[in-house]
Amino acid sequence: MIPKPPVLELLKLEVGFPGAPIVKGIDLKIEEGEKVALVGESGCGKSLTAFSILRLLPQAARITGGQVIFDGHDLATLPAHELRRIRGKGIALILQEPMTSLNPVLPIGLQVAENILQHEKLSRRAAKERVIELLDLVGIPNPRERYTMYPHNFSGGMRQRVMIAMAIACNPRLLIADEPTTALDVTIQAQVMDLLEDLCSKLSMAMLLITHDLGAVAQWTDRVAVMYAGRIVETAPIAPFFAGPQHPYSQGLMNSSVDDGWHYSSHRLTEITGNVHSALGERGCAFAPRCPLAAPGCRETPPPLELAGPDWHVACYRRAEAMAPSPVAASH
Amino acid sequence: MSLLATDPNDRPRLRLPKSLRNPLFVLAVIVLLGVLVMAVFAAQIAPYDPLDMVNMPFLWPFADPSSPLGTDQLGRDLFSGIVQGSRATLLVGFSSAVLGLMIGTCVGALAGYFGGWVDIILMRVTEIFQTMPTLLLIIVILAIGNPSIPLIAISIGLAAWPMIARLARAEFLSLREADFVMAARALGYPTGRIILREILPNALPTLIVGASVLVANGILLESAVSFLNLGDPNVVSWGSLIGNGRTQIRSEWYLSALPGVATVLTVLSLNILGDRLTDILNPRSGERS
Repeated sequence: MIPKPPVLELLKLEVGFPGAPIVKGIDLKIEEGEKVALVGESGCGKSLTAFSILRLLPQAARITGGQVIFDGHDLATLPAHELRRIRGKGIALILQEPMTSLNPVLPIGLQVAENILQHEKLSRRAAKERVIELLDLVGIPNPRERYTMYPHNFSGGMRQRVMIAMAIACNPRLLIADEPTTALDVTIQAQVMDLLEDLCSKLSMAMLLITHDLGAVAQWTDRVAVMYAGRIVETAPIAPFFAGPQHPYSQGLMNSSVDDGWHYSSHRLTEITGNVHSALGERGCAFAPRCPLAAPGCRETPPPLELAGPDWHVACYRRAEAMAPSPVAASH
Repeated sequence: MSLLATDPNDRPRLRLPKSLRNPLFVLAVIVLLGVLVMAVFAAQIAPYDPLDMVNMPFLWPFADPSSPLGTDQLGRDLFSGIVQGSRATLLVGFSSAVLGLMIGTCVGALAGYFGGWVDIILMRVTEIFQTMPTLLLIIVILAIGNPSIPLIAISIGLAAWPMIARLARAEFLSLREADFVMAARALGYPTGRIILREILPNALPTLIVGASVLVANGILLESAVSFLNLGDPNVVSWGSLIGNGRTQIRSEWYLSALPGVATVLTVLSLNILGDRLTDILNPRSGERS
């Protein structure tokens, strides 16, 4: 069997504001139907990476290098009118804030229908039926009556469902979800993530989930890419990653998140000392100023991603030391 | 008593938003509707041609039932003048507002949405128009052309659009960053559609309120122009009636005062309407009680 080409491939992608590079050369592959999580703390460039895939960057930000390969095209250099055909049709985006992501003056059904009409040759009536099916699919009760309602008639969770219906309306091959549940209640979060997972398998969509919630990563994705200060430091399949991450930063992230039963134990939650700004002006590994294992060699040149296991890449010079029994805990 | 008690099921289904139940607003709507009806059916309502000499000159109001509001120095019927004059006045007011709204929205939308050089150039042009005294600009345009109702409307519209342009620019500037605009771009909508379908409806309430002020302004400017005798001499408007009565203001003051009252009431009503329009155009106003 010939291996299928990946749905999306980022090659040495660099994004930045004038004089301030944010994303410093990212390589990432998303296979057909795969659910990949991009994890990292605020300001590490994960959202910028997501937006740069569709070239929806804030003003002044530019893709300064690298390629975004989707369907044989490089989205980084594709002419605007061709890119428009991919936006929403090939790749769909779900934004973080459901309360403000719907147009407040248009009925929600119409907003979903317009997306379909934009990309497909369909009569208005057929589009409406399709929208009602979609609303039903994303779990909105009484879709026929809700069709004409306005966004302010819906709660946050319901609005996010409408956003999802809008995103999947044209059967995209890749869904980019930028922290889709951060603005929602915890119980609703699980519902929305379950829905997304369900839709991915039903419609055989790939998903790029941008998040800082490791719990969501473990439960709903296949592969994780950990990002730190504009670079991917570790990418691995979920199961081995959660059994034992290899990069000191991933280990720090794991140690600083709350496990099951934590509330009943007397452990102190460990933190990663310092903050992400210490990476500014760093010539070598961006994590070196905060790394408990940093050696002088770490601060010379940034470490490349190296194969550390099946489908497992780590960018760390001191991987061997990091894999020694609970190194981060021991250093505290 | 039991006969007078109202059945709770008989309560009217349609509940108007609070803003619509405001007596001042209702009064303003009644005045405006009255003026509109007067303008539409002017030919049927007015007993005489306002330019015809039909009666004795300087008849005071209520002195002669055939000329209920009196006559001017040439014996022309003032009531007919006010009724017929409402046509020209409203026509100029509304068409200048529509013109101003169109120019202003186009300029402001482009400047606000695209920003950068487009914004800088369009806003400098807007400022050039804003620094020119409005009345002076209108007078210059009318002095070059042949004064007629369409020309007056166009000149007022050309002088009035900068206000709308600045409003539209501010709205577009903030709405362009809104999440739903980002979402629309992520869905691959073309720029024109994002401007017209996503942003414009959200900016429209502000613009329409601005436009209601433009109508009022247009009426006042038209009156000013007619008062200065720069209007079309063959068309009666409230402004020309006021201007015509000016020479007799110390004795027959009603000649200027009555068309003046009509102008004041109309402009005031338009301003009140504009104030309340914000609430009416808000899709959420229905859920407020």
